[in-house]
Amino acid sequence: MTEIFGVPTQALFGQLLIGLINGAFYALLSLGLAVIFGLLNIINFAHGAQYMMGAFCAWLLLEYWGVGYWWSLLLAPIAVGVTGVVIERTMLSRLYKLDHLYGLLLTFGIALIFQGLFTQHYGSSGQPYRLPTEFSGGYNLGFMFLPKYRAWVIVASLVVCLSTWYVIERTKLGSYLRAATENPSLVQAFGINVPRMITLTYGFGVGLAALAGVMAAPIYQVSPQMGANLIIVVFAVVVIGGMGSILGAILTGFGLGVIEGLTKVFYPEASNTVIFVIMVLVLLVKPAGMFGRER
Amino acid sequence: MNAFKRTTVGLAVAAALSLSMAHAQVSDNVIKIGVLNDMSGLYADLSGPGSTLAAKMAVEDSGIEKRGYKVEIVSADHQNKADIGSAIARQWYDADKVDVIVDVPNSGVALAINAITKEKGKAFLGSGPASSDLTGKACSPNTVHWTYDTWMLANGTGSAVVKTGGDTWFFITADYAFGHALERDTAAVVTKSGGKVLGDVKVPLNTQDFSSFLLQAQASKAKIVGLANAGGDTINSIKGAAEFGIVKGGQNLAGLLVFVTDVNSLGLPTAQGLVLTETFYWDLNDQTRAFAKRFAPQYKGIHPTMIHAGVYSSVLHYLKAVEALKSDDGTKVVAKMKEMPTDDPLFGKGTIRADGRKIHPAYLFEVKKPSESKGPWDYYKVRATIPADQAFRPMKDGGCPLVK
Repeated sequence: MTEIFGVPTQALFGQLLIGLINGAFYALLSLGLAVIFGLLNIINFAHGAQYMMGAFCAWLLLEYWGVGYWWSLLLAPIAVGVTGVVIERTMLSRLYKLDHLYGLLLTFGIALIFQGLFTQHYGSSGQPYRLPTEFSGGYNLGFMFLPKYRAWVIVASLVVCLSTWYVIERTKLGSYLRAATENPSLVQAFGINVPRMITLTYGFGVGLAALAGVMAAPIYQVSPQMGANLIIVVFAVVVIGGMGSILGAILTGFGLGVIEGLTKVFYPEASNTVIFVIMVLVLLVKPAGMFGRER
Repeated sequence: MNAFKRTTVGLAVAAALSLSMAHAQVSDNVIKIGVLNDMSGLYADLSGPGSTLAAKMAVEDSGIEKRGYKVEIVSADHQNKADIGSAIARQWYDADKVDVIVDVPNSGVALAINAITKEKGKAFLGSGPASSDLTGKACSPNTVHWTYDTWMLANGTGSAVVKTGGDTWFFITADYAFGHALERDTAAVVTKSGGKVLGDVKVPLNTQDFSSFLLQAQASKAKIVGLANAGGDTINSIKGAAEFGIVKGGQNLAGLLVFVTDVNSLGLPTAQGLVLTETFYWDLNDQTRAFAKRFAPQYKGIHPTMIHAGVYSSVLHYLKAVEALKSDDGTKVVAKMKEMPTDDPLFGKGTIRADGRKIHPAYLFEVKKPSESKGPWDYYKVRATIPADQAFRPMKDGGCPLVK
């Protein structure tokens, strides 16, 4: 068997694929963050909590109403998105004229409150979400066993990411949105309801976080801390990709997943830090991130 | 009538006086118990507010308040940080007149509390911490290590698994002091029992996705994948192993520190077949069942873990010693606790060794198949009982300066 740095190539393929799967989650989460930052200039620290709420929502739907995975994919993002809309209308909208820091503090506080409430109510060790039966089993790829569900995660994440990118960068609606961020008063003068558009954008970004949560529910434990563990990494992904760059968020999400996966083979102790090392290096060379534009 | 009244008052005063004489040595006339643990984070279910409840139940069951003593329980969240835990302990001992600190999961925090308690001459009853150093090189005349420790976990699960044919191991280890100690102790047991360690991977704490490490374990072809981690890390490793077909592929998992709350949150379909060691399970006998029946309704239905049981039993024994001594002086009470044999409904009869190690049997459990379970929280069957004299590290091997 051929080897690369003492690791059999077959094992390496497996690790690359796993990296790609984790990258799919990073991409999905950082996409929501990038949309919110790019269009609202809000650093949404509640994103991790909203991801957690998405997972919990799916669990509640299944546990109490018997609503299955597929409906949850639709219903949970809508439900959590609505809470996002309420937060935006009642709180965030008052902060747009202030420094970024205020939005960050507010959303961070909201995240802590939600995590506290869920811990109080559902306990800290989490709840199991049953894997939908159509996803049980997997494919034997020769070099590894790929669970069906993980394969679905990659496909679904790619579809969602690319369609979001397409809507924002290539459609008329997307151009309104981008124009509204650049110059809200001018766009309003054309008769477009800018505040409502901003509200819906925030709701959409939050919905993306919840969608990632639903997709994560069958794999990881549905626990109140699940977002807190992930959010810092995802922020690093967004910073590396360039704050607000949608394509940047998607590409760096997948890319860093792969790099992290390789670190887990060659130097596992560093697998939690490698992303931050890369972040430092990227910021030194390109302060606006790999795909970001200087403003 | 008047004379009668006077006699009654006189009697009452005399009774009150004799009572206060009886525990004149109890500082400010209150025995103050501080429950210090993780109230909001990862370990909140297996310790947390449940431990405070267990301490309250112990005070009730001891009946000590009916005999004129006043007992007060306070609790605080150490957030799994040694500096926060130490600050609370100092505040409690210096300003709030706390006499004894109980529970303290997280070995790092517990070692700090161990040192402060010794310095202040108070008492520390550790139910939550794992590190066997508490009765080894860090042992103290003011500390009793009650429920379990890393040596016991390694010894229980490690040797049992090797005996049933699991003689090649691969470790997935949490990359900090606790994980390293657990792997070291277990690897020693495996090798001693004739097994072989094929490899290991050190994983940063709080890793979300274990699939990469599980794939490495799979590639090692070891019969047993040993999980030297705890809490959420263990849960995610086990879930990943089920998903990637590790167990179906013929390898088995050995959870080295698994609590009944972890099994509950994993669900039986995922956790079935897992072998683990604990010193308490709520469904062991009538007394443990009766305790669980009182405990669970007051704690969101969560059944008591061995840590909760340890808090109950240690507080009960502590109060007995205070009463026997008529004093709550920390050093003296701990000495008295070691002198008196222990006896409580949850752990049965036992002893406390000179190095502070509480001695009782340990049990090797296997997690039931979903078809074997009769309902919620019916999770374990006993595979073996490890007698008290074999469950813990022999005192001479611990290197505790107190027993030299």
